[in-house]
Amino acid sequence: MALNIEDIKRIAHLARIEINEQEAASTLTKLSGILGLIEQMQAVNTEGIVPMSHSQDLAQRLREDVVTEVNQRETFQAIAPMTEHGLYLVPKVIE
Amino acid sequence: MEWEVVIGLETHTQLKTNTKIFSGASTTYGAEPNTQACEVSIALPGVLPVLNKQAVECAIQFGLAIDAEIAPRSVFARKNYFYPDLPKGYQISQYELPVVGKGKLTIQVPAGKHSEAYEKTIHITRAHLEEDAGKSVHGAVEGMSGIDLNRAGTPLLEIVTEPDMRSAAEAVAYAKKLHELVQWIGICDGNMQEGSFRCDVNVSVRPKGTEKLGTRREIKNLNSFKFMQQAIEYETQWQIDTLEDGGKIQQATVLFNPDTGETRAMRSKEEANDYRYFPDPDLLPLIVTEEDKARVKATMPELPEAMKARFEADYGLSAYDAAALTASRDMADYFVAAVQAGAEAKPAANWVMGTLSAKLNAEEKAIADSPVSAQQLAQLLKRIQDNTISNNAAKQVFEALWLAEGEVDEIIASKGLKQESDSGAIEAIIDGVLAANPAMVEEFKAGKEKAFNALVGQAMKASKGKANPAQVNEILKKKLT
Repeated sequence: MALNIEDIKRIAHLARIEINEQEAASTLTKLSGILGLIEQMQAVNTEGIVPMSHSQDLAQRLREDVVTEVNQRETFQAIAPMTEHGLYLVPKVIE
Repeated sequence: MEWEVVIGLETHTQLKTNTKIFSGASTTYGAEPNTQACEVSIALPGVLPVLNKQAVECAIQFGLAIDAEIAPRSVFARKNYFYPDLPKGYQISQYELPVVGKGKLTIQVPAGKHSEAYEKTIHITRAHLEEDAGKSVHGAVEGMSGIDLNRAGTPLLEIVTEPDMRSAAEAVAYAKKLHELVQWIGICDGNMQEGSFRCDVNVSVRPKGTEKLGTRREIKNLNSFKFMQQAIEYETQWQIDTLEDGGKIQQATVLFNPDTGETRAMRSKEEANDYRYFPDPDLLPLIVTEEDKARVKATMPELPEAMKARFEADYGLSAYDAAALTASRDMADYFVAAVQAGAEAKPAANWVMGTLSAKLNAEEKAIADSPVSAQQLAQLLKRIQDNTISNNAAKQVFEALWLAEGEVDEIIASKGLKQESDSGAIEAIIDGVLAANPAMVEEFKAGKEKAFNALVGQAMKASKGKANPAQVNEILKKKLT
């Protein structure tokens, strides 16, 4: 699959990463290289093999449903840029 | 052209747990903003999610209740998007491998203006575990939005159906049935005002008789059955009108405005969302064994369908009565408690569905808060059964019980409602009536059956309604022939 410069800009936009033309060009080269590697891997026959979803062959450990956290709002909000009435403030968002 | 509407639902049910799905922060509703938002909820760097056992068990319970395949291995995935109430930049959800697979739910669609009541099976595609986002508060501070992350990380089970429903009535019947089921098995409190049960409805239309699905629009976040009905009806008509005017339907997300009764497309985003799902490397696969399923199953209550069948078999109730009594667990529990306290099943069913339900509806009370307990109702029915009181008197006793005026026997005594069953006394009353109404007696003897009923009425009146009507009939018949 061949990427073009427009794909790079779209991906950057979706990821909310600002890139200039020069960075876009170098990112295109790097990403294309990664996709090339994936193409090579796709040539391997994987029939009958369950896709790996984690690098460790272990099962998820479960936690008992017991409250262990206490209110630390003051501590957390001390480093927040803006707060009011206990809320974190961000530039206005509209649906 | 005749059109057909095709509807599928996605329902977010908030699971009844003490803590969040991936942290030990409390999920209690209504706390001060951000006082239940721990490091994981606010997504500080380096924190790791640890899955809540109770949330998993809720999902297994649901899977068992809809007769679904429960995945022996399911995987959590990251759904990537940017919004201030989602501080990680992704929601942990399940994508390719959900915990609950295909299942089904039988719904009862009530009779409409042009249709009889009927049953239908709705197929459920999947149900998956995921975390809720936080809440944005607009308008508190000029030009800013406030973010409350207490809700961030609350466990949700998203339940997705096949596009099986063909009318607003079917969609609402499904939503109500699902709403009752999740409360019945105790995995969700069902509180729609607090957002514990929210529905997204996918609606499309197609010419009747064709197979190909039309383009769908998704009505987001309906939190009342009434609004759901209105929204689907409006949306269906809007799509039909648009197509008949030669227009095309664009896939869109729409919101319902309860004030105007209309649906309206949300401002379409410049760029379509691409969630770029991938397995979350912070979480290992979730393994559910046969032993896990058996253990969870052992803790589950009898399901409504099974209870319905048992009511029909054990108590000889009709399918209709059994379905009505098992429409909610509280009602079923009340009925069973009344029967266990000694009431006969059929009269108990009639009273629960009739007098009691009517009174509860009139006063907007839930059956769990009924002022008349199941035990009191059973006692009342026993007094009808043993001829202590008439049906009419029983209604008066019921009213008194409702107002907490005392226990059944006290009320019967204090209001003087005991039936007169002493045949000597009844005979004396009847003799009086016969003497006072010679004309009626003549009419009866001349062959007028109606006159007999009139005499019974006179006797009942003379006894102030206390005489046992069956006895009055019997004695009167004997005296006249």
